[in-house]
Amino acid sequence: MSSPEINSTQQDIDTPPTPLAPAEKGSSLWRDAWHRLQKNKMALLGLVVMVAMCIIALLTPWITVYGYEEQNLLLGASPPSAAHWLGTDTLGRDLLTRILYGSRISLAVGFIATAVALLIGVIYGTVAGYMGGRIDAAMMRLVDILYALPFMIFIILLMVIFGRNILLLFLAIGAVEWLTMARIVRGQVQSLRQQEFVEAAVSIGLGPWAIIRRHLIPNTLGPVIVYTTLTIPSVMLLESFLSFLGLGIQPPQSSWGLLISYGVETMEEYPWLLIFPGLALSLTLFALNFLGDGLRDALDPRASKD
Amino acid sequence: MSEDTGQNVLSVDDLSISFKTRDGSSKAVDAVNFHIARGETLAIVGESGSGKSVTCYSLLGLIPQPPGVIESGVAQFTSQGQQRDLLRSDKQALRSLLGNKIALIFQDPMTCLNPYLTIGEQLIEPLCQHKNHTREQARNRAIELLQEVGIKNAEARFTSYPHEFSGGMRQRVMIAMALITEPELLIADEPTTALDVTIQAQILDLLDKLKKQRNIALIFISHDLSVVASIADRVAVMRAGKIVEAGKTQQIFKQPRHAYTQQLLASVPSGAKPAQACQPNPQAPALLKIEHLKTVFEQGKAGLFSARPAPTIAVNDVSFELRHHEILGLVGESGSGKSTLGRSVIQLIKPTAGRVQLDGQELTQLSSKQLKPLRQRMQMIFQDPYASLNPRMTVFDTLAEPLLYHRIATRKNVTPRVLALMDDVGLAHAAIRKYPHEFSGGQRQRIAIGRAIATKPEVIIADEPVSALDVTIQAQILELILALVERHNLSMLFISHDLSVVRTIADRVLVMHQGQVIERGDTETLWAAPQESYTQSLLAAVPHL
Repeated sequence: MSSPEINSTQQDIDTPPTPLAPAEKGSSLWRDAWHRLQKNKMALLGLVVMVAMCIIALLTPWITVYGYEEQNLLLGASPPSAAHWLGTDTLGRDLLTRILYGSRISLAVGFIATAVALLIGVIYGTVAGYMGGRIDAAMMRLVDILYALPFMIFIILLMVIFGRNILLLFLAIGAVEWLTMARIVRGQVQSLRQQEFVEAAVSIGLGPWAIIRRHLIPNTLGPVIVYTTLTIPSVMLLESFLSFLGLGIQPPQSSWGLLISYGVETMEEYPWLLIFPGLALSLTLFALNFLGDGLRDALDPRASKD
Repeated sequence: MSEDTGQNVLSVDDLSISFKTRDGSSKAVDAVNFHIARGETLAIVGESGSGKSVTCYSLLGLIPQPPGVIESGVAQFTSQGQQRDLLRSDKQALRSLLGNKIALIFQDPMTCLNPYLTIGEQLIEPLCQHKNHTREQARNRAIELLQEVGIKNAEARFTSYPHEFSGGMRQRVMIAMALITEPELLIADEPTTALDVTIQAQILDLLDKLKKQRNIALIFISHDLSVVASIADRVAVMRAGKIVEAGKTQQIFKQPRHAYTQQLLASVPSGAKPAQACQPNPQAPALLKIEHLKTVFEQGKAGLFSARPAPTIAVNDVSFELRHHEILGLVGESGSGKSTLGRSVIQLIKPTAGRVQLDGQELTQLSSKQLKPLRQRMQMIFQDPYASLNPRMTVFDTLAEPLLYHRIATRKNVTPRVLALMDDVGLAHAAIRKYPHEFSGGQRQRIAIGRAIATKPEVIIADEPVSALDVTIQAQILELILALVERHNLSMLFISHDLSVVRTIADRVLVMHQGQVIERGDTETLWAAPQESYTQSLLAAVPHL
């Protein structure tokens, strides 16, 4: 039993503890996920595009030459030129400037509304999934009811009661989007709750909040992050849609949805007014979708280390 | 091992397979040779990851390529005078062999049967496909075969769905399905691992009988040496992709030459519990007292027009005592209620009736807040070390959690205590920041055991703590458990389906059947003279080396 060959397989008999050995940094699931994400070139590209967009959006007031409401009625709608790279609109406003300012609104709506959805959805879903039984049934029926409400009417009502307000728009969209998030998280938590490590936590004596916070929420993060990246584009589309209908952002402020709706009206004469905002929105949606796709694969716990 | 290649159904030469991973390629099968003739049983034995399944699946083209690469080898399959190299056959040719001349039986019959088709439908499918039978012929043939594998009332069961069969019966159906095309080679991959011990004995008998009757070559893949001992003619022991030793069963078991084979054999639990320095005192007062415990599970809800289905009584009027410094074994087959009993005792499941007293204090009436201080004194070790550790928590987090939560230590002084725990369960200090998925099964179970003893409990409930582990690892963990019981003066309820394991570790044993404890006694007394017929049949079914 002392053949060296044997010893090599007894990985389970650990080497005697050496107190001075430096602790090896574990390769966490996150780092594995990051490794896998790096292999997915499209997802990486999506990430780079998104980061670049956010930086540009933040710096917009300092890098633009024109103001977003700065009109040049003499110029009118002009096609792309050296002075106005993406052309101007019918009021002679620089389109590039308006797209950049629009990105601030669109991205902010995307991120803030998604954050609202995330916060409500994760907490609500976790509580429902963990409590189970009647509480779960009651909570999820409420979600079903909200799902059934036509959300356009809901938002129009909000706008009528509280007036037009960008913050309200964020909240309204977030308040609609959390429903799906809650369902996803609840499903996750229900299956996690059966796992032995949650039973182990109970037998240690942990209370429900500690279990939810330490054991359940961290384990739902994978699917949640993925769903989040897929929610952001859908929220941005929603804002575009609302602005398009005249319920969202109002001129002279600008958002991509607004620009697109404007562009549609003048599509025949001044196609660049539709094409460039459309491209900006599409680029963002592509980037986020590729990123979300990549994250889904990277965070899949079933994926091996390769 | 090459005596007579003339009659061999299958002879494999120099088979090497590797898998590509991120860190390069790893060799799963390394220059493997074996052969098998008709009417012979070859057992391929090895622990998980030894390459035993990969070897057999590669012959049937069932290895995904990539990442798998067959680097070298010849697998000559001889059928009716025709020779064919399985590794170099195209998909079409393999498909006509698989499920026809070569058949497979898997570990878990439920996942291999289509739940939406009746078993009859699934049985006759290969006949219609490979043998051009009419449906009527195929049906008669299938019913005949179902009778042969021991399905009673085969005619009626022909139209049953897979979920209507028990695990053992499903495995019989699988066997019938494998045999229906009269294969010459049958590959059984851990066919009895998912089954209870009494059912396992029946399936082994059946396989052996069918092999003899039909003169089939049977390749039996297993991790369990004692199962193999009763069925194999020859044994090949695999480790890390290599066959380290092969020979006649008798010879391998009586005179193992390779050190690894010797180690495997030594790890198989057998015999009585080793005498310990300090024996439990039979006169000591009971630490844990269970009286008339009953746990009932409600089934579903009453529908609008239907009454509520009858509840399942998982634990029915069980009483026992656990004394100081005693390991009490609790054995039973799946569904006997032993796990529910363990969870009811530790209040993970609220029992429906009865009393659980820890050191004189009644637990069943307490709220979870009142239970919290008592939880320190009673802990649990779970079966599956892959599921019982939070994948997002490092070893440090896992072990520190109970200490911090019960205020045994503060954030500042918890690290030395965690390190001491790691020493206790034999984990290297360097691993403190690692995550569960970076450890092997045995090491994970060490972490789980560390968590259980962190609060210095008096009682530990161990629910199948070694069932998910390889046999050599199992022996190490059992040793660790015994050492910890000794060192920390623990009392333990040790739940297991494996009677040999229980015998090596328990002082006293309870036998559970259909929710009730039907027999109890000192381990060796019970083994020597079991009173109940159920206990007798359980003990008789245990495979021996």
